[in-house]
Amino acid sequence: MAESPQTPTSEVKKTDLLTYVRESQIWKSIFRHGPPTNDRNRALAVITNVFLHLHPVRVRKSGLRLKYTWCMGGITFFLFIVETITGVLLMFYYRPTVEYAYADIWDLREQVPLGIMREIHRWGAHAMVISVWLHMFRVFMTGSYKPPREFNWNVGVILLVLTLLLSFTGYLLPWDQLAMWAITVGSNMARATPLLGHEGPGASLLALGDVQLVHVGSDARFALLAGRFVGAGALLRFYVLHCIAIPLVVATLIAIHFWRVRKDGGISGPL
Amino acid sequence: MSEEVKSEAPGGGGAAAAAKPPAPAPAASAPKGAVVTAGAAPKAAPPSAVPKRPGPTLPKAVQPKAPSGPQPLNINRRTFFSSLGVAWVAFSGAMGAAITAATRFMFPNVLFEPPMSFKGGFPSDYPMGVDERWKEKFGVWIVREEEAIYALSTTCTHLGCTPNWLAAENKFKCPCHGSGFYPSGINFEGPAPRPLERFKIALSDDGQILVDKNAKYQQEKGQWNDPSSFLRFTG
Repeated sequence: MAESPQTPTSEVKKTDLLTYVRESQIWKSIFRHGPPTNDRNRALAVITNVFLHLHPVRVRKSGLRLKYTWCMGGITFFLFIVETITGVLLMFYYRPTVEYAYADIWDLREQVPLGIMREIHRWGAHAMVISVWLHMFRVFMTGSYKPPREFNWNVGVILLVLTLLLSFTGYLLPWDQLAMWAITVGSNMARATPLLGHEGPGASLLALGDVQLVHVGSDARFALLAGRFVGAGALLRFYVLHCIAIPLVVATLIAIHFWRVRKDGGISGPL
Repeated sequence: MSEEVKSEAPGGGGAAAAAKPPAPAPAASAPKGAVVTAGAAPKAAPPSAVPKRPGPTLPKAVQPKAPSGPQPLNINRRTFFSSLGVAWVAFSGAMGAAITAATRFMFPNVLFEPPMSFKGGFPSDYPMGVDERWKEKFGVWIVREEEAIYALSTTCTHLGCTPNWLAAENKFKCPCHGSGFYPSGINFEGPAPRPLERFKIALSDDGQILVDKNAKYQQEKGQWNDPSSFLRFTG
């Protein structure tokens, strides 16, 4: 909080430095409003900040009641940031190829400084799945999905699916036996996709004469694995999905999710 | 005023900009939505005048028709919106093509996987019972019985793991969920809903076993009686 020039003498030095920084052109070019000492400037601090403006300018007192919100959405977002930072750090060492993947995971644990980095990423992922479910549970139990928040509920459901897909794609990357067979079993479900899976209902209808359009080499599972079984292509594809494609979509949807919380009446509180 | 500006917008920035500055020209009595030509007037108007002048006070047609100006734009509201329709169709087509191309991009033309059919040596190379030599590379067990040889798929019919051959117990046992199969491929324990599949097997011209994984035979469909699902061999 800003100290005005009238603060006690013991604070003078600090105050002078703060004033100097606040009066500098660099500061003023970044924050184009006065210190947040009145309602107008506090509102401007939120409105003029690209990150803060996703958030409401005013939050109801009840919105801060932990007993009501559990802060599960906030914790989920915090975990997403943890996953992003640790994930980027892991990417500096991990190579998504059949020759190196498993060895690099081992290397990350045994040789790279802070071998706990991968554990943080892994446990953070587990915690994020749990907190997403708890967030959804809270929103459901408090009826916060009701109008005008029904659109945001749907955005949240998509975010839930994407969180699970992030977990699923990340599961393969250690490239050990557990990863291989878990993804083999998991991706086999895609065989039964209606129309798009070669064992799914309706797939046999998609044919030109005798030529089946949807077969083991052209169905949804094939697109996911880049092959008929979990191999080098699947590892690379899951890596790109896990590190680039899904996080991009998730980050975009998170921005929409927060913005709609603001636009749809703020964090829901007790009635 | 806004009407003229709107209808000018797609025609080009120059014409739209020309419509904005309210040049102190005499108000021409052009009809509503009429062609507006870009004259030399905007240059004459001071730049600061543009935001200051409120719209409603402007005359309907801003510029007098300049005889020597650029070619007039024959765009009115109706033609603008109909060209917008064409633009939407073109845009949708382009997006559709882009999505189709991106989807096709995800299906490679060449797979770096073992071929779907292979030659597996001579029938006499195989002793009685289950042979695991092609398990790793092709996902096939060659099983020789008294009178026949068949190629068994190593994919568990439960969820697609690879069972282990336990010679001491004379059975295949899947490590994922515990399904058990006899050497014939018939399931007898665990969650597997049906027997292992068999592949097409034949003798090639040079007398070697030829396994073709493109054709599969399922016991529960009665396909194991198909003559190409096994190789008669008593030697």
